[in-house]
Amino acid sequence: MPVAIEKLGRDAIAGKGWFGAHKWLILRRISQLSILALFMVGPVAGVWILKGNLSSSLLAETVPMTDPLLFLQMIAAGHLGFARDAIIGAALVLAFYLLVGGRVYCAWVCPVNIVADAAHWLRRRLAIRGSARIGRDARFWMLGLVLVLALVTGTLAFELVNPVSMLHRGLIFGMGFAWTIILGVFLFDLFVMKHGWCGHLCPVGAFYGLIGAASLVRVRADNRAACDDCMECYEVCPEPQVIPPALKGEHRRGGKAHAAILSGACTNCARCIDICPHDVFNFGLRFPARSAGRRQPLLQGTARHGA
Amino acid sequence: MPAGRSAPAKSSADNRGGKTFNRRRLITDAARTACGVALFGLAVGLYSRQSRSLPADAIRPPGALREKNFLAACTRCGLCVRDCPYGILKLAELGENVATGTPYFTARKGPCEMCTDIPCVPPCPTGALDHALTDINKARMGLAVLIDQETCIAFKGLRCEVCFNACPLLGKAIRIDYRPNARTGKHAIFPPVVSSEYCTGCGLCERVCILEEAAIKVMPVRLAKGALGRHYRHGWEQKQKAGGALVTPDPEHKYNLPEGMDYEHAGRGLIPRETAPDMPFPANPLDTLSKGIGGAR
Repeated sequence: MPVAIEKLGRDAIAGKGWFGAHKWLILRRISQLSILALFMVGPVAGVWILKGNLSSSLLAETVPMTDPLLFLQMIAAGHLGFARDAIIGAALVLAFYLLVGGRVYCAWVCPVNIVADAAHWLRRRLAIRGSARIGRDARFWMLGLVLVLALVTGTLAFELVNPVSMLHRGLIFGMGFAWTIILGVFLFDLFVMKHGWCGHLCPVGAFYGLIGAASLVRVRADNRAACDDCMECYEVCPEPQVIPPALKGEHRRGGKAHAAILSGACTNCARCIDICPHDVFNFGLRFPARSAGRRQPLLQGTARHGA
Repeated sequence: MPAGRSAPAKSSADNRGGKTFNRRRLITDAARTACGVALFGLAVGLYSRQSRSLPADAIRPPGALREKNFLAACTRCGLCVRDCPYGILKLAELGENVATGTPYFTARKGPCEMCTDIPCVPPCPTGALDHALTDINKARMGLAVLIDQETCIAFKGLRCEVCFNACPLLGKAIRIDYRPNARTGKHAIFPPVVSSEYCTGCGLCERVCILEEAAIKVMPVRLAKGALGRHYRHGWEQKQKAGGALVTPDPEHKYNLPEGMDYEHAGRGLIPRETAPDMPFPANPLDTLSKGIGGAR
């Protein structure tokens, strides 16, 4: 049941104002762009806050960070003589995403997200309906493939074509023909498949999704009693299959309804929080609410929702 | 069963409880995904094998592991690029022949300046640049080869020695040899000679070569070096090591020489013997000739 494009978000804007209905989206864009900017002020202005790129970096010349998926590929490729920084760096990144949500990487950090969102936005504008049928679990096959490739070739083979690292590295160090791959992702998402790359194929997202399956901060539908089934959250959600268990109370643990979205596929992008005119969703922790009275949302969707 | 594939039969299978149908669909879907992913993997895998061959003029930073191991370890983060004070390092971009995202430099454009503190190595988070390298003179980024003696002006008998003077290990990694100049018959040729024992492959020589296209070039060691068979021994080295001949010594060669003469191989050639015990005449022919003349002597 697709929501009419002209109606999408109208109720939320009417209730919360434009900024209220786009708060998390704006914060997300600020996060994505400022992380990119922090990497770029070094080479451009000589201010070294973040050095390197998303594959490995150094924060303030002291804190090392390394993509844990790359770390795994390195082990698979047979490189075991790590320097200390890679181990500490991978552990730090892992711990961070275990805390804030695995696919926070996808929604708040990864630069390809902007490309994919742009494609999705245009797809909606142009009312492109058709979409290739590839299961969402294809990304786990891709993740497996990435590790097998490393094992078989003995090199970090996927890095040769990885759009995620390629775009980020390209923006900071020089693009070459990497833009062709990014354009490919854009066109694929636009014409071939809805949420094609990020939602179905990207092995990096699949990996962070595995972390997310155990991560602490989750989107919750604590106020789900207010849901009037307008379906707008399904329309804006890049992984709509994660919503029903939390929203419709199918997921039960210890007899109590579990209002947290527990699927690792949820990117914590919070578009559902933005779009919902009834503030059904909020950020919170993954644990089931002990009782209605003690339910403490970590961050309320918006404070000034009237009517 | 071709009839079974028509739509009504399909729905009847669905109506039967859908178990077979679902399992069938599950398997075909999985096979479809697996095939697609495997095809993608095949393409990437073959591409990765190609990208393993580093072009000869792309040189890895100091301390880089062997190429295959390097490609297993380098995360393409560019921290070495950032910490090179001379900005010579570059991350390969898609479309270049170097594995995408990995660091390299080109000697002719910008050689390694051989910083004594090697600032590019410690930031490497994974050890793709080996942290055990603490003495830049021990780096082996490549090997300089005087690859074209036909254009090198030193081989024409002209004094150049620019590469020699640019070498950070002057006199060791590049020496100046001399040999007779056959063209003029009276001058010397002073060719630069590289020693692989000392050359780090920094490329400073290649950059300064005065030719339009450098006659001395840094090559990957695997291309620049020959290798003796492991069984092969140089006899004279073994002899020296053992302190004497290891096989029956050759009998000294007897030459048919003029009487009273010796022959030295290493240089002097035919030489009169110091003492000639059997000589009927004194060594100085004048003594014989003068005999009987002016007997008073």
